[in-house]
Amino acid sequence: MASFNDIFNQYSWEDTSKSIYSKTSADVERALQTSKRTLEDFKALISPAAAPYLEQMAQISQALTLKRFGKVIQMYVPLYLSNECNNICTYCGFSYDNKVRRKTLSPMEIMQEVAAIKEMGFDHVLLVTGEANQTVHTDYFKKVLELIRPHFAHISMEVQPLDLVDYEELRPYGLNTVLVYQETYHEDDYKKHHPKGKKSNFNYRLETPDRLGQAGIHKMGLGVLIGLEDWRTDSFFTALHLNYLEKNYWQSKYSISFPRLRPFSGGLEPKVAMSDRELVQLICAYRLFNEEVELSISTRESNSFRDNVIKLGITSMSAGSKTNPGGYVVAPQSLEQFEISDERSATEIDEMIAAQGYEAVWKDWDNSLV
Amino acid sequence: MLKIADKIFNSRLFTGTGKFSSSLKMEEAILASGSELVTVALKRVDINDNQDDILTHLKYPHINLLPNTSGVRNAKEAIFAAQMAREALETNWIKLEIHPDPKYLMPDPIETLKATEELAKLGFIVLPYIHADPVLCKRLEDVGTAAVMPLGAPIGSNKGLRTIDFLEIIISQSTVPVIVDAGIGAPSDAAKAMEIGADAVLVNTAIAVSGNPALMAEAFKIAVQAGRMAYEAKLGAVGINAVASSPLTSFLND
Repeated sequence: MASFNDIFNQYSWEDTSKSIYSKTSADVERALQTSKRTLEDFKALISPAAAPYLEQMAQISQALTLKRFGKVIQMYVPLYLSNECNNICTYCGFSYDNKVRRKTLSPMEIMQEVAAIKEMGFDHVLLVTGEANQTVHTDYFKKVLELIRPHFAHISMEVQPLDLVDYEELRPYGLNTVLVYQETYHEDDYKKHHPKGKKSNFNYRLETPDRLGQAGIHKMGLGVLIGLEDWRTDSFFTALHLNYLEKNYWQSKYSISFPRLRPFSGGLEPKVAMSDRELVQLICAYRLFNEEVELSISTRESNSFRDNVIKLGITSMSAGSKTNPGGYVVAPQSLEQFEISDERSATEIDEMIAAQGYEAVWKDWDNSLV
Repeated sequence: MLKIADKIFNSRLFTGTGKFSSSLKMEEAILASGSELVTVALKRVDINDNQDDILTHLKYPHINLLPNTSGVRNAKEAIFAAQMAREALETNWIKLEIHPDPKYLMPDPIETLKATEELAKLGFIVLPYIHADPVLCKRLEDVGTAAVMPLGAPIGSNKGLRTIDFLEIIISQSTVPVIVDAGIGAPSDAAKAMEIGADAVLVNTAIAVSGNPALMAEAFKIAVQAGRMAYEAKLGAVGINAVASSPLTSFLND
């Protein structure tokens, strides 16, 4: 069956990178002036040549986002179910070689956590796990979905990539959205960062969004882990992936995240640093390239950065997050995936959003809609 | 006065509830608009919560709620959502929105026709959001639609009446009220829609994301009234200038 792999193989990392870095201010100006932007325009907008045009990009990004999404920010919260993991990933706290006690929540513990995050006001939840196929598998997910579905209007999942049949089975249980980040589209580097475990299979991960589309999953999230490789080239491949998916799976919605590598116990220093200015450039470039895509920012980013990007193109954010299983009440001291940066409560974030003239939206789906 | 099903409306401006910076701003704008029919996305309200933030700001005797099915992708889901809305909000009015395409939110004509037929049989007052497709409008009339809501331009695009040629055909042959929905970006667009004979317009984005939603809502109110008055007064014919000499027909005078 045709997949993104066929498209991906037509591109070389080096040529793409060279093409981005050779964009000129004339290319950027053309990209700013047009209304329907192409992948070449996107390259110009993420290139170093676009840096002097950041304010203009921000103005356009804000206007486009207001038109499509209005003065609202959607709120979600992660619920970590398990930190068991058989993969070695050089940048992740859950990595198999990180010798710390592991935990997978029981049904009773899950319900305690659910009660805590409901109390915080959340109605959209993101389930997160490592990859431990012996214990955290499709049947486990089914049980979790059955358990929590009555309590949430919208359920997303960020777990190991699954087979087509798994997604087809999980969908009727109320699975709305699946996030699968490629981490990096640089195949050799990907292999260095994922030396062991099922995750080391680059192509299986690359083709996951195709399987999600084929299974009719409503929304899928794409992204790379910024810091592993050159973010400009990686972001181009993300945009290429998005473009391909929108054409082929036109009934699905898409969202993009741009996680920057965060410290964790025993962690990796970013190979490539990305400044705040560059992250704003990337956020605006995505919006100018695609008016409809959702753009999400997590508590990895600092308070002041999050406060300021609300008006620049972001459409959803998390708040009050814990990145360890049981983090809200059951086991606050368990192993976390990464340190968060913005530690403010959901109420404080709600107030901050209101102070900016926006409204935090807690419910924008319904569990009667599969 | 406008009549849809058995309800009389003094205002021909219908409004939405999405994209506002707060429920209070929404309330102020809707009051300023004079709107008597306000659409609410079922997915945005918590129907089990009688303190729901959106609904508590819409509790006025002159405001009728028009729940919409935004988020559904086919007729089956739409019918289920309509039944939920009827139970929760105690109204049998439903704005039928079926867009399987989440990017441009294009309405699905086939599923919309199916759902309209089924919902009309179940006693709903159905207002379907559709393309500006004259044949579809007639087919919807056949299956008992209460009105039709053709789009002026893609939803949320503020592009104005891009479908005007088709809207004119729809208006000329419709036996049910025609409400222009989606794409109206400025009061002048709304006035134009009313001038060509639309029975009402529905405006959301242009009000919600303006710098001053209440003021913009009032501007739309006046524009809709002006456009309707112009329609009733009959516009003068446009651009047929008399020419002093008639080179093609002067032989008739010889």
